[in-house]
Amino acid sequence: MFAMANMPAPPEPAATPLRLAGVTKRFRIAKREITALGDVHAETSPGLVTGLIGPDGAGKTTLMRLVAGLLSLDEGRIEVFGTDVSTEALKVQGMISYMPQRFGLYEDLTVQENLDLYADLNGVPQADRSASYTELLHMTGLAPFTSRLAGRLSGGMKQKLGLACTLIRPPRLLLLDEPTVGVDPVSRRELWQIVDHLVRQAGMSVLLSTAYLDEAERCDEVLLLHEGQLIGSGQPEAFTQTMAGRSFHAHAPGVPKRALQAVLTATPGVTDALIQGEAVRLVLDEGTTPETIQPPGVSGLALSPVAPRFEDRFVDLLRAQNGAKPRAALSPPPSGGSSTAMRAAIEVAHLTKRFGAFTAVDDISFTVKRGEIFGLLGANGAGKSTTFRMLCGLLPATGGQLKVDGYDLRRAAAAARGRLGYMAQKFSLYGDLSVLQNLHFFAAAYGLRGARRNERINWALSEFELAPFADATSRDLPLGFKQRLALACALMHEPDILFLDEPTSGVDPLARREFWQRINALAEGGVTVLVTTHFMDEAEYCDHLVIMAQGRILATGTSEALKHAARSSALPDPTMEDAFIALIHADSGQEQAA
Amino acid sequence: MNEPLMRLRGLIRKESLQILRDPSSIAIAFILPALLLLLFGYGVSLDARHVRLGLVVDAPSVAASSFTASFRQSPYFNPRDFANEPAAAQALAQRQIDGFLWLRSDFARKLSTGQSPPIGLYVNGIDANNARLIENYVQQSWAGWVARQAALAGVANPTPIAVEPRIWFNPAVRSRDYLVPGLIAVIMTLTGALLTALVVAREWERGTMEALMVTKVSMHEILASKIVPYFLLGMGGMVVSVLIAVFLFGVPLLGSLIVLGLASALFMLASLGMGLLISNVAKNQFVAGQIAIITTFLPAFILSGFIFDISSMPLPIRIITHIVAARYFVAILQTLFLAGTVWSVLLPNLAALLIMAVLFLGAARLTAHKRLD
Repeated sequence: MFAMANMPAPPEPAATPLRLAGVTKRFRIAKREITALGDVHAETSPGLVTGLIGPDGAGKTTLMRLVAGLLSLDEGRIEVFGTDVSTEALKVQGMISYMPQRFGLYEDLTVQENLDLYADLNGVPQADRSASYTELLHMTGLAPFTSRLAGRLSGGMKQKLGLACTLIRPPRLLLLDEPTVGVDPVSRRELWQIVDHLVRQAGMSVLLSTAYLDEAERCDEVLLLHEGQLIGSGQPEAFTQTMAGRSFHAHAPGVPKRALQAVLTATPGVTDALIQGEAVRLVLDEGTTPETIQPPGVSGLALSPVAPRFEDRFVDLLRAQNGAKPRAALSPPPSGGSSTAMRAAIEVAHLTKRFGAFTAVDDISFTVKRGEIFGLLGANGAGKSTTFRMLCGLLPATGGQLKVDGYDLRRAAAAARGRLGYMAQKFSLYGDLSVLQNLHFFAAAYGLRGARRNERINWALSEFELAPFADATSRDLPLGFKQRLALACALMHEPDILFLDEPTSGVDPLARREFWQRINALAEGGVTVLVTTHFMDEAEYCDHLVIMAQGRILATGTSEALKHAARSSALPDPTMEDAFIALIHADSGQEQAA
Repeated sequence: MNEPLMRLRGLIRKESLQILRDPSSIAIAFILPALLLLLFGYGVSLDARHVRLGLVVDAPSVAASSFTASFRQSPYFNPRDFANEPAAAQALAQRQIDGFLWLRSDFARKLSTGQSPPIGLYVNGIDANNARLIENYVQQSWAGWVARQAALAGVANPTPIAVEPRIWFNPAVRSRDYLVPGLIAVIMTLTGALLTALVVAREWERGTMEALMVTKVSMHEILASKIVPYFLLGMGGMVVSVLIAVFLFGVPLLGSLIVLGLASALFMLASLGMGLLISNVAKNQFVAGQIAIITTFLPAFILSGFIFDISSMPLPIRIITHIVAARYFVAILQTLFLAGTVWSVLLPNLAALLIMAVLFLGAARLTAHKRLD
């Protein structure tokens, strides 16, 4: 057992890093049995990055923990390089390294002390350490920060340190549980470079879980999990290939993109319709030709073929599983606020927020027009949430002007708040109450009474299709339904302005589409929507965007304009993430020049 | 260095660095003990001083004046005269006085005839502890006065009562002297059980435990890495407490220091075992803290005999006190400090502590699994 660790990872190309046979894991939560994983069979290949892809609650973390020997199996068998995890957990733990979602860095220890601890824990001989440290610190770019406390590192740097700690003794199989969640795009790219390097140079096998579908395309092979079931496995290209000839950009002269999306979504033969910049991205059902797409009331529809994406296939698979197509979009609430249509919904000028010596928001200005979907894009720690809290009147600004619906938040925060609906990032309803009780409570909290209250509650139950779940305990709802309920509660008092904080992080693509359909319908009805997100994809849904980093605004504009600015000969068709990274690089270049 | 040793070294070094950098563990280990000791040493006293005693003398006489004078000169009483019994009773009811002494009109006559003179003592029983103290004091004052009267009268053989004041009424019998050693047991419980339960729960909360478990580290090593630093921290707190007790409060330390060290070590191990056991059950700091307070700190306070006498508790409670480790430690501490190395008291209590330490550490080991479910 002790000899194991001192040996370098032996190249055994024939051995299967991970073999899952009928893996089943159930949890009992308050007398209810939940099947976290149901009869999963899979094998991974050596020396590759295997992506474990799925939304929150799909069973990714459970599977990771089972492989790491942290949970006991209910049924089935897991083998790591031929060793049974259930019977020889310690031996398996000698072959793997595992980076949990919240990696266990000791925040009150320095970078160097964290490395020392994991070197000790993994039995790395003293003589080998300095070479190993040098390489890891170089690879992660942490060399200048060895004496900094881990708690003082940025989110991206913490993840890189966590990765370095798990790599001190190179494992044969590396388990990474959502290493890129909440990390800024630059760090995300760097993390991926490290992972690629490990696989290519050191021949390590990696199992990496993620909820970001764009990351699936960077994996060598993928396992698709949904609600504890394995719904697909194979090479991502193969997945994407099956969608060849089914993806298009749709334009129709004179039809606004949101209206076009709404009508296309409901058109027969359409699997998926999604706003992308100024166009609507369309995925057709298998065997449907573009000519047959005849959305009612739209003339001159032009479809141009585009390359399929991994997400197209995932949506296709989910549709095949769920059967039902999303219903037609939400009917807009009766009050559109048309009388005040000319007034800007939100005006922010020279807004600044300092916490002691730390400037969280640094002199930002922007204006949000009525009926617009406006996005605040940035990594964790960019200042989005602080800006949001000031806009909601929950946090006083240190300086600058702030007007919401014409009300100055410094003087009339309460009046302004009455015009707002707010949906928090985390599920912030009462988990112990039923759906109906939550609706009742929020209606009462917004001061709705009598017939008006009943009318709004009935509206919420029918519009959000919550009626069948009216008596269900909110805590037990699936994530997508929780989110619907949260949105319904935020809309109880028909606000003119809706604030959404990271609204769709972690939900599956179908639920996300459905959510955005509702948001689009609200915007069509004149509601102004302000949304924060670190999801680069989500930026595509917004009319206008502000990109934030370190409390400052790096750029403002439409997603098309921002992407256009990043276009170069090397990047003819940049994604939103490319645009973001280009902006960050330009910004740090300016800083160095100054 | 072989691997298990290297792992243990890494873990212990990590734990020590965390202790040094985290103000809350230093606070629980050193500041809280000092604070509690000062609070109890100075603030709480079970000695009655300046008792507000009413005096009702129905018929003034030389004997009555002489007897009441002994109260007027005593540092323990603040006497106040009342004209008659109803006035004093009213003052007692309004809590203006803590009790009153009623010398009836036949006091002098009964005294001179050798009959037991009828002294009425009325004490407010709401504060039962205080009432008993006053009762004792008055009785001893009476006995002392009788003895002095006898001596003055030239009676050769004083009544046996005259001996008692030396035990009961000795001003050196300060409650502090037995409270402070008992308090040390409570403080050790805090460092041992509460601190350990909290730091392990913190590892669960922050996700560091999950990362630890996937390394080759064994459960023995994780437990040992928690026991060693906190054992030393607890013993450090113990030394500080003993120094404060002896040098600040002047509590005598008559017994053997080696036995004190041995008993503390055994008790510390039992406490650590409790703390680890709790942390295996409760995986967040709030719950771990609550359980630790309810199952270790409060029993150490209430059921250890530190303040409340165990022999006067009802039988079921008395049985429960046997599973409170602090009970044995309090007995050892009070003996070592105040009576010396009395083996007949120490040995059974040391044996009980040893059993407790083995039981709790064993249970902690048995309930610790390298699994999350």
